[in-house]
Amino acid sequence: MTDHRTTDPRPTHPRTTDPRTTDPRVAPKPALRRFHQARWDEKLVFELGTPGERGVLPPLPEPAVTAAVGDPADRLPPALRRAAPPALPELGQQQVLRHYLRLSQENLGADLNVDVGQGTCTMKYSPKVNDTFVRDPRIAALHPDQHASTVQGVLELVHRLEQLLKEISGMDRVSLQPGAGSAAIWTNVSVIRAYHAARGEAGQRDEVVTTAFSHPSNAACAKTAGYRVITLPPDADGYPDIEALRAAVGPRTAALLITNPEDTGIYNPRIAEFVRIVHEAGGLCAYDQANANGILGITRAREAGFDLCHFNLHKTFSTPHACGGPAAGACGVTAELAPHLPGPTVEFDGERYLPDHDRPESIGKIRPYLGVVPNLVRAYAWIMSLGAEGLREVAETAVLNNNYLLDRVRRIPGVSVPYAEGRPRVEQVRYSWQRLNEDTGLHSEDLGRRAADFGTHYWTSHHPYVVPEPMTLEPTESYSRADLDEYAAILAEVAREAYEDPETVRTAPHRSTVHRIRHEPLDDPAVWAVSWRAYRRKVLGERP
Amino acid sequence: MTAPAVGLVVNPVAGLGGRVGLKGSDGAEVQRRARALGARPEAVDRAALTLRHLPGVELLTAAGPMGADAARAAGRAARVVHRPAGPDTTAADTRAAVRALVAAGARLLLFCGGDGTARDLLDALGPEPRLPVLGIPAGVKMHSAVFAVHPRAAAEVAAAWAAGRGCVQLEAAEVVDRDEPALREGRVGARLYGRLTVPVLPERVQQRKTGSSGPDPATPAALAAEVAERVGPDGLLVLGPGSTTHAVATALGAPDASLTGVDLLRLESTGAARLLLRDARADQLRTLPATPWIVLSPIGGQGFLLGRGNQQLTPELLRRAGRERLLVLATEAKLTALAGRPLLLDTGDPALDDALSGYLRVITGRRSAAVHRLSA
Repeated sequence: MTDHRTTDPRPTHPRTTDPRTTDPRVAPKPALRRFHQARWDEKLVFELGTPGERGVLPPLPEPAVTAAVGDPADRLPPALRRAAPPALPELGQQQVLRHYLRLSQENLGADLNVDVGQGTCTMKYSPKVNDTFVRDPRIAALHPDQHASTVQGVLELVHRLEQLLKEISGMDRVSLQPGAGSAAIWTNVSVIRAYHAARGEAGQRDEVVTTAFSHPSNAACAKTAGYRVITLPPDADGYPDIEALRAAVGPRTAALLITNPEDTGIYNPRIAEFVRIVHEAGGLCAYDQANANGILGITRAREAGFDLCHFNLHKTFSTPHACGGPAAGACGVTAELAPHLPGPTVEFDGERYLPDHDRPESIGKIRPYLGVVPNLVRAYAWIMSLGAEGLREVAETAVLNNNYLLDRVRRIPGVSVPYAEGRPRVEQVRYSWQRLNEDTGLHSEDLGRRAADFGTHYWTSHHPYVVPEPMTLEPTESYSRADLDEYAAILAEVAREAYEDPETVRTAPHRSTVHRIRHEPLDDPAVWAVSWRAYRRKVLGERP
Repeated sequence: MTAPAVGLVVNPVAGLGGRVGLKGSDGAEVQRRARALGARPEAVDRAALTLRHLPGVELLTAAGPMGADAARAAGRAARVVHRPAGPDTTAADTRAAVRALVAAGARLLLFCGGDGTARDLLDALGPEPRLPVLGIPAGVKMHSAVFAVHPRAAAEVAAAWAAGRGCVQLEAAEVVDRDEPALREGRVGARLYGRLTVPVLPERVQQRKTGSSGPDPATPAALAAEVAERVGPDGLLVLGPGSTTHAVATALGAPDASLTGVDLLRLESTGAARLLLRDARADQLRTLPATPWIVLSPIGGQGFLLGRGNQQLTPELLRRAGRERLLVLATEAKLTALAGRPLLLDTGDPALDDALSGYLRVITGRRSAAVHRLSA
């Protein structure tokens, strides 16, 4: 039995003084940092500035030029010319810089906090040196419409990155065109649809099977493509229920879209059997490898029998998430499915690298041109800096970190680790605060908000909550033992407060930029405002 | 060492109002109406089903339809420790029988009835009694958490308890009941009456019904569209009770469908539904001109699909429709709240329960389904 008195990760008191500080004139540091987020009450950029204010004043053409060519705008067809100038913000450079610096201070970015709480998102460190490659004019100044002969370098890089990801996944071709994970899933679903259509079975195969713990984008993309979606529940051990799969597949099955490990962090050892059951019914199997960080260099989609897979380069391969995009996805397929991949692909004829646009069976474009090239550069640099052994070490360290954090967090009163009790997890864990909720009435969201007062945060899970009162943590390979100890201590302190001072937790956050956000406007199309124009109409009540 | 004695008391009129759409059986007047509509008592048969699966226990019971008849039907020996005053038994007889069983040394009390019978036990045993009791489900609705999920499951739990297995936990379980006259008028709402001590095996003893926060506004339209697509024009729909199915009926253009009863509708070629029969009885559903689709939603928290509050759906009707025409509707949240427990079947016909068991696609939204286990 564990002795909680000696292994409790909580500090004895949050205001405990640093024992190294003995000088009474120096204010002692608390055991947990006294974080306070900046609050600037910053307006939207559209509300700033003055009419006529400018950041850059381009010089007027010289009179001789104007006399020779006239107004260059006259050369544009009238249909392409604005009758009135666009309603852009008008402000100077310093005002712009200050605005965005303030906004950045009101954020808890991945470079600022111990970002292990965004489980499933694989928030690892993005090496800053890779940004210097992206900013190099030899990348940054290229235009995607340049002739292939003038961009051999970037074409070679894209081609090489494909070879690396083929080796990592075991698949025969990899497309780098998708701009994010969901775009990659959409690519997979589109390839699946094209495959069945080519075989004359598009009408018959109108169902896609996925699982309760797979990312909701799998179901969403399948539906967008016109499929019916059948969801498998987890069994008592947290695995997708294989008997339910047998009941779900049949002649109407187009594909299985499945993650492994799922968001519980539990690896499904029967995955090859899942694939076999679907193949026997004539369906394809797509492996959502958003959760690949714990299995890099250890298992591959090909060996599990999958027909398609996708990686999120902004997760496993370190290119940043970029606040919701653009990120980068990579779709791997077998040779049989390769003709359906989006184009152009980059081919090498032994001398030159050429974009191949002549792909009659392709699903078409997912993004313009080659994809999000800056992120392809970062992913390539990251893989090359690590090598094959390094990739495996990434996975091993991520798994070790996760199980270390699991060991710290499971000791906190009120936490439980549903499913497969006592067994280690791969790269993430979906915890439950159900016991704390029963004891205190507080919810996981309350605790997550209170964590913001200590300079960090966590994410609960997708909806609906299959694990009650969930919390999903994924520490990746980037975090040190000290980081993980600090994170666990914050959670322990928040849990202690929940039991001893629940009102503080219930009314949290107290030291963050925004106290509370109402959820309803985010879910209601009549109210949500995703652009300035929509904000003026829906929130300010202005008539366009 | 002999196993401790098991007491059995049967409320012979429990469930009488179910098949005839009366939503309960409380009181002599309702029972008279139920019989007039052709209802036959089934509680004795359900108690006998339990006893058939419960060999080798010392059985104490009351005379005639209050227990001895069930024991005889199951071929079980039983010692009669109480005789009701007359042929038409009442709640007072149940209370008297319970006291007699306790006095005779029963260490576990099986009672066959519904929520009203559970309340009679509370009245006889006093508040928060320690004596373990377990309900053999025979009522109409049964929202209390004191019932086995099926008469056979009652036998499993009782046998495990009698064998003294450590895995049989005793839990304080809530007795709740509905206001039946209000229910008949379509108003819902339940009251907590007390707690009984119940032996519990996982998934063998039912949970209390939980109220729903209501589906999100977009869901009924999505479910209705899905139902309309499956059923097709001119299809006959038998719609079970509950707020989900009622919202679907409303979305299909039949807002007059009952909230707590079973309704018969026909889908017009326009896609709208026409209400043919509101609050239908079992006998009215016996002679339908075409094979109907059965549209149901499980009871929140409990997971009951058949046999709780919808006894109007007889085994004959369900066999006619078959598994292929069983459309089960539930939001993902409702299924998730079952925490892996199956959807429950207790049609009154154990062979049909077995035939309907297994994995079924539950419609969760437009073009969406979740595979879920059905079990007796």
